[in-house]
Amino acid sequence: MYKIGVIGEKDAVLGFISLGFSVFPVENREQAEKILAELAESNYAVIYITEQTAEKITEKINQYRERRFPAVIPIPGIQGSLGIGMQGVKKCVEKAVGADIIFNE
Amino acid sequence: MARLNVNPTRMVLTGLKKRLQMARRGHKLLKDKRDELMKKFLEIVRENKVLREEVEEKLKVVHSRFVMARAVMSSEIVEEALMFPKVEVSLKTYTRNIMSVDVPVLEFTTETGTEGDIYPYGFANTTAELDDAISTLSELTPKLLKLAEIEKSAQLLADEIEKTRRRVNALEYVLIPNLEETIKYIVMKLEENERSNLTRLMKVKDMMLEQAHGYGRSK
Repeated sequence: MYKIGVIGEKDAVLGFISLGFSVFPVENREQAEKILAELAESNYAVIYITEQTAEKITEKINQYRERRFPAVIPIPGIQGSLGIGMQGVKKCVEKAVGADIIFNE
Repeated sequence: MARLNVNPTRMVLTGLKKRLQMARRGHKLLKDKRDELMKKFLEIVRENKVLREEVEEKLKVVHSRFVMARAVMSSEIVEEALMFPKVEVSLKTYTRNIMSVDVPVLEFTTETGTEGDIYPYGFANTTAELDDAISTLSELTPKLLKLAEIEKSAQLLADEIEKTRRRVNALEYVLIPNLEETIKYIVMKLEENERSNLTRLMKVKDMMLEQAHGYGRSK
């Protein structure tokens, strides 16, 4: 059985507790890296991470891009979207197609 | 283009011709694979974009409601209210095969103690803003998981497309031209050998005739 994790600032992630997700509030970069690595090695299929936190540990997140699990998905934090999630989709298109054909429409 | 370093013999020529045929077949297959992957990828990534926009929009609403809730209540009460979830999510994962790329499929079931009761707290100490936030968020759960599934699929497909494209290009622009050139080189070399052999024979014949009968075509 797989679990769903949420990493981010306390204010942004608290609500997810009520959904039954496992929530890990973090305050700084080291904590975030550590928790991400721990979750990735244990039974988490999906890890949501707020963009404010994701921004600091992009490299760590990219490690998991090519693996089937976990799926590390950036979500907007309490201060709104930084566009990192969209950026990820855009990069994906550029990698596959060679040029961005989805976002120029 | 670089010619392969081989001996210009008939046997090598046969071998190379077979390799060329194989390379052409592989190239065609990989090209088809790439095109189909691309088609699937574009479908998925379009969906991904729409879904992400929607989820981000909804999460913004949720966050603003949470901010409201936190403004009205003290943060201790909010934390306490949320501390013990009533809902339990169990997640099952399957894999789906898109053109030999295994992409995840997530299936989740939520279990609550009582039907439709998602609020992990009594209503005495909390405000309606918190209820709003929680209910919006719980409506969003399927979308969040769908997003995870689709975004991962898109990433995996993008990787596979990149790999396939490299292979197609390597075959199309390196291996096949090299083979073609080498084959051409061997064919020409063999023809040249043939010609030089022929002239040598003619020459020898003339020399023998000259010796035996004292006449020949050439002086």
